Amino acid sequence: MPNSIDFRAGVNDFAIKLANVNGTGSASANSLLMQSMFRMGLPVSGKNLFPSNIQGLPTWYEIRVNHRGYTARALDYDLMVAMNSQTYERDIREVRTGGYLLYDSSWPLDSELLRDDVTFLGVPLAKLANETFADPRERTLMKNISYTGAIVALLDIDVKIVEGLLAEKYSGKAALRESNRRALYLGFDYAREHLTCPLPFRVEPMDANADKILVDGNTATALGCIYAGATVAAWYPITPATSVMDAFKGFCEELRRDPETGKNNYMILQAEDELAAIGMVIGANWNGARAFTSTAGPGISLMNELLGLAYYAEVPAVVIDVQRVGPSTGMPTRTQQGDLLECAYASHGDTKHILLFPANPAECFEFAVKSFDLAERFQTPVMMLSDLDIGMNDWVVPRLKWDDSYRPDRGRLLAAEDLEKMAKYFRYHPPDENFVAARTLPGEHPSGAYFTRGSGHNKLGGYTETPSEYQEVMDRLAKKHKAAARFVPGPVITKRLNAQFGIVTIGGCDLAVKEAADVLGERGTPVDVMRLRGFPFDERVEAFLDAHPFCYVVEQNRDAQLRSLLLLETSAAKEKLRSVVSYGGFPLSARQVVEGITAQMQGDEAEQLAGARRH
Amino acid sequence: MPSITKPVAAHPSLQRNKLGLTVRDYEGSMSTLCAGCGHDSITAAIVRALWELSIVPHSIAKMSGIGCSSKTPAYFVNSAHGFNSAHGRMAAIASGAIAANRELTYIGISGDGDSLSIGLGHLCHAIRRNVRMVYIIENNGVYGLTKGQFSASADIGSKSKRGEANRMSPIDPVMLGLSLGATFVARSFSGDKEQLVPILKAAVAHRGFALVDVISPCVTFNNHETSTKGYLYTRKHKRELTETDFIPPAAEIVADIQMASSNGNTGVTMHDGSVVRFRALPADYDPTDRQKVQEYLRRYQGTSEIVTGLLYVDENAPDVHDLNESSETPLSHLPFEKLCPGAAALDQLQAEFR
Repeated sequence: MPNSIDFRAGVNDFAIKLANVNGTGSASANSLLMQSMFRMGLPVSGKNLFPSNIQGLPTWYEIRVNHRGYTARALDYDLMVAMNSQTYERDIREVRTGGYLLYDSSWPLDSELLRDDVTFLGVPLAKLANETFADPRERTLMKNISYTGAIVALLDIDVKIVEGLLAEKYSGKAALRESNRRALYLGFDYAREHLTCPLPFRVEPMDANADKILVDGNTATALGCIYAGATVAAWYPITPATSVMDAFKGFCEELRRDPETGKNNYMILQAEDELAAIGMVIGANWNGARAFTSTAGPGISLMNELLGLAYYAEVPAVVIDVQRVGPSTGMPTRTQQGDLLECAYASHGDTKHILLFPANPAECFEFAVKSFDLAERFQTPVMMLSDLDIGMNDWVVPRLKWDDSYRPDRGRLLAAEDLEKMAKYFRYHPPDENFVAARTLPGEHPSGAYFTRGSGHNKLGGYTETPSEYQEVMDRLAKKHKAAARFVPGPVITKRLNAQFGIVTIGGCDLAVKEAADVLGERGTPVDVMRLRGFPFDERVEAFLDAHPFCYVVEQNRDAQLRSLLLLETSAAKEKLRSVVSYGGFPLSARQVVEGITAQMQGDEAEQLAGARRH
Repeated sequence: MPSITKPVAAHPSLQRNKLGLTVRDYEGSMSTLCAGCGHDSITAAIVRALWELSIVPHSIAKMSGIGCSSKTPAYFVNSAHGFNSAHGRMAAIASGAIAANRELTYIGISGDGDSLSIGLGHLCHAIRRNVRMVYIIENNGVYGLTKGQFSASADIGSKSKRGEANRMSPIDPVMLGLSLGATFVARSFSGDKEQLVPILKAAVAHRGFALVDVISPCVTFNNHETSTKGYLYTRKHKRELTETDFIPPAAEIVADIQMASSNGNTGVTMHDGSVVRFRALPADYDPTDRQKVQEYLRRYQGTSEIVTGLLYVDENAPDVHDLNESSETPLSHLPFEKLCPGAAALDQLQAEFR
């Protein structure tokens, strides 16, 4: 069995990579390409691999088109667009044998770029831009649109669609629209005239996107918070979560200005730090608003203290964690799933939290809404763990749906009239079947008053230092967390006939794992796949682990944190859970999964052979 | 402590406020602080002020952090929600609570450790946002619950109980507040209820962040002869800059309101129609001129004198809700129908996601 995957190019099946310098306007040119292929109905993905920098450092954009819907990262490229001399050397290495490289032929081909098994496509981009545009900044920007034009010709992309996109983007800015159009055709016409168009791999219109949208996870998350009825948002700017709040603000300005009063039916507080951001969220939820914060790993680290307060005092809170590469500052513009354990047990003492793991922007929308319902039902922090790849890249996902009969699940919340009927109210007693007691809001009714504290308290909410009274509350909280297992989104399980083992995965690994499982199946190793979507784990998770001789846990962090969480929170034996990890900061590829699994399987075979020889 | 309870019945001769409530209705559980603690006198002043103002008890939200001071919300207004949160984080938690519901009366109680060290950042930013709340710093210059370390408000040269002298310069919450644009700044002394009660009433009426620094001696760790935050020292060095009268909205004060800034008398009309009348003891002191107040107070910096009174008030600055143009109806009371755009709007929005 081969231990890797070769991605073969063909019609609607190829990958291209664009190497640029950041801050030159390449990002919008590159997403234009991706968007035009989306509009042609193709399954497509675009991954922006960018530096933590404003201008001057290398940045890449990858586009993969695949008619079967495999749009995880490809890892080798049929076409490289080499626009950054700083990275020529590594970029040329990534072109597959028989692939192509597009370069700016205004100057002679750099010797670093030479390779016998690659076809070079020269377009004098700088020359064309300099002849056509006068302003230096315009020349740089339009050079990007010109290579886009050349690629449109080479891949047989419908140039009218690209023109249409430029018209939409610059509607009302006629001059800009015209210079973009000119730049597009500079490259397009040059390629048509001087190069063999189209290339052997190219696009043909499909109809895969009729009921799909193109959206990034952070926008979808923000929309989920709007639809859930969140009114207070507190945050501290941090990559890659900032665009959650940018989008939330945008939607609020559009949708939450009261038509009658002209006032804002929301408040966004840019906090002084993440300590304050989570504090504000806790204060607002305590006072009856639906409130959330968006952050990344460093923010979660700072929020640990108050997450423990909300857990112990049983205050709802919603935290959106758009994960990036840690530890410490790490690589802020690169993706990872490194916050699993930190979030699961955030804060000192015995704490456990409810976590949701979306795999794509559509789930970001759905799970953001769900987070608020769970936080209020279980009166505890809920963290949704997205990541930079999901949050900041545009994804093709099914159109978002909304059921107008939805009403927020406020959990056990007493109104004045309920309190009126009660002889005596206690905040933490009596609990219901999910170990949750009724809460009251300040200002509602005199007999609803209670004293919220993070210090030791008994089951009635009174201060205590008595061991049995303290333990009684802690035991109820443990049971409450367990009870949430039935309410978080369940695992997505895909079964195959005669599966030899299982793969367990999470979040943004989804597409790469699906593709890898298909490849393994086609090669005679059928596997079952379980993608986890929530913590605590329910009995289906336990049953899946139980039903397989062993499972590979595929995740994006060094220490196999999901595997650890499974070992801690299920009865799975340590030797049954194997690990495949990728943690370099770029989104996962099916190749890494296939390689990781087959290497371990070959190791097993070698061991068995050696064992047989010994006997 | 559950073993210490107060008698439930009130004496029939107790005076009643506009709501028909006695001062007992504004009390809380028995204090567990040391006998003679300044904080208990402040609690008594809070009870008095809230009772005199006839605030509906359950419309009060009591906020605190951690420390001796932060325990005190348990000792007043039992029928109000209280949130004894985490060390230094009260200002942030209160800011969120206030964002959610603008209609309650927020009484925040903090200490000099809670506010001037671990929570200093949050205090500064709550001032900048002009979050509408009363923010009392029960200031004793010392960490009580951890047994006597200097706090950031300890004066240079002030000695600990063990004789060690503080050598770092203090953070003065009054000067800090003024420089950050605080819209209500006062300093008082726990031993001077006559001064403190009207200041607290004005603070409740203030539409914005009311910073009230109250020197509140720690009888256990910082009340010795070489301390600058003890009872004796504070009494001796207290210098009252203004005398404050608080006149509730309905009272006949028309003539007095007109009397602005003359002969050391100033009337400031609060947002709810009440009037705070100052009599400035130095005739040239104007509590509505930030610049002059800062200049005036600077003269006393580094001296042993402790300037007290309602030192500065600006009733016209926008508060957090003005700044955010937020709904008059508390955000927490908005019906879901007003908040969720619905399925049709979602379809429209998604037309852009292509």
